[in-house]
Amino acid sequence: MKDSPKLSKKDVEHVAILARLALTDEEVTKFTSELDQALQMAAALNDVNTNNLAETAHVTGLTNVMRADKTASQLTVEESLANAPSQDSKYFKVPKIL
Amino acid sequence: MSKLAELTVVEAVELLTKGEIKAVDLVEACLANIDRHQDLNAFITVVNESALRAAQESDLRRAKGQARSVIDGIPYAIKDSFCTKDVLTTAGSKMLNDFVPPFDAEVVTRLNDAGAILIGKTNLDQFGHGSSTENSHYGPSKNPFDKERVPGGSSGGSAVAVAADMCLFAIGEDTGGSIRQPASFTNITGLKVTYGRVSRYGSIAYASSLDTIGPMTKTVADAALIMKIIAGVDEKDATSAHSPVDDYQKEISQPNKKLKIGLPQEFFAEGVDPQVKQAVLNVATKLKESGYTLVDISIPVLSQSLACYYIIAWAETSSNLARYDGIHYGHSTLKNEDEVHSLYDVYAKSRAAGFSTETKRRIMLGTYVLSAGYFDAYYKKALKVRTAIVNGFNEAFSQVDVILAPVSPILPFKFGVKSDPLQMYLADILTTPINPAGIPSLALPAGFVEHEGVSLPVGMQIMGPQFSESNLLNLGHFWQSIDKTHKIKAKI
Repeated sequence: MKDSPKLSKKDVEHVAILARLALTDEEVTKFTSELDQALQMAAALNDVNTNNLAETAHVTGLTNVMRADKTASQLTVEESLANAPSQDSKYFKVPKIL
Repeated sequence: MSKLAELTVVEAVELLTKGEIKAVDLVEACLANIDRHQDLNAFITVVNESALRAAQESDLRRAKGQARSVIDGIPYAIKDSFCTKDVLTTAGSKMLNDFVPPFDAEVVTRLNDAGAILIGKTNLDQFGHGSSTENSHYGPSKNPFDKERVPGGSSGGSAVAVAADMCLFAIGEDTGGSIRQPASFTNITGLKVTYGRVSRYGSIAYASSLDTIGPMTKTVADAALIMKIIAGVDEKDATSAHSPVDDYQKEISQPNKKLKIGLPQEFFAEGVDPQVKQAVLNVATKLKESGYTLVDISIPVLSQSLACYYIIAWAETSSNLARYDGIHYGHSTLKNEDEVHSLYDVYAKSRAAGFSTETKRRIMLGTYVLSAGYFDAYYKKALKVRTAIVNGFNEAFSQVDVILAPVSPILPFKFGVKSDPLQMYLADILTTPINPAGIPSLALPAGFVEHEGVSLPVGMQIMGPQFSESNLLNLGHFWQSIDKTHKIKAKI
């Protein structure tokens, strides 16, 4: 990581598309140097020898948490739609996709 | 009247039980302080009317001998990152500027069921992204000990609300120090629990494998009391822990001086303010004089913990915040037909307008470290370093029962001085190693130091193995029985 090439504006624009963020040109310029600095900090990880270590994603050792397959109280359609910016009777409304 | 708001939970419970005070008086006293200290900007929303109504109901229950629990009638504040049914919940963001949840977070349900009274929703760095509340869409909160300084973050509003007696206790959320660092900056007590000890249901996610929920209080004894009510398994949070909940109040009643206290050199290293270091070492000396054993230890991997924490936190937050799509709830450009021509536009433009620069920065970093070509080098590597951190703490806890260290390497800082995002990240260097290991850490006042002409609080943290909250509270409670720093209030 330490030797990785610096981030380019093009890299930042690509990541912004993946992240679904419509960044302004100023933001792209700003982030190009800031993200690069943050990733330099992250390169400290290379100082840790992890050759024989497995990955840890969860720390308390829980596995296969199950519960009874029962219905419980749930939100009504009206409650679910109450915060929607645009709706059509029982549905969330979005621009035409086909 | 507002003197009543200065009570601890334990003191107020006793007076309520004896019938010497009423819940209505407590709520009114807190509301008066909220009103008086509006300049501290601790709250985003205050629910005056419903709090007073709930207090009247609580008093009626008590009069009939039907109190729901010992804390029936105790007013509390909660970080605005917890869903509250029919009460605005912003997470400190423009994105959720008008979001009114249709349900309560589990911690809110448990407190309400116990009769505690929600008084308001407190300010925070949006989505937990920050260490000063300067990243709140609603303006920063101010430190009651010096209004030119930050109260810490992200749970800064909760800390100020407790420190300035606007509530009897508050609830915060800690992903990398967000309960402990503001507690340290405002001279209060805050418990970062073992991962899973308190249900995360209804807590607006920052980084799901690191997020924890805990009490922010005036004393350790209050934290023990509140923990008993909020801790425990919850079917709605599959990651909540099944292990039994201790009777924390009983566990703190007798000091356990057999606890061996470790002092890890990495937490007292260069970069930690000498005044901060000295204040915590003074505590260690007094504990030794009281009969505790001190052991110098070393956990080398702590030096790389900040990097590990941030990579995981960025990755998880980029994934968690993908839910803000401009369609289901939250800020949206959907109806702006001049700008929005496709579904992609709805996503990208709503998110660009609804998130702050810092939140976008973290989403970008997270998306980058999870993207093809970089996943192994950053994210996977961080998960392996996480294992090294877990192992490092396990090894330390084979030698000692608890670890004592400063909370923050620096004193409460002035607004604007950490405008460089990297400098702000470095402020978390002593709190972030704890969350990847999932262990608990109790932050509490260590002392005061003079700095630039003002007297500022220094906090310390006591860490232990997973589910050892009882030991942390036991030692913390003993400290507060021989030291009165926690009683020092800001002169506001």
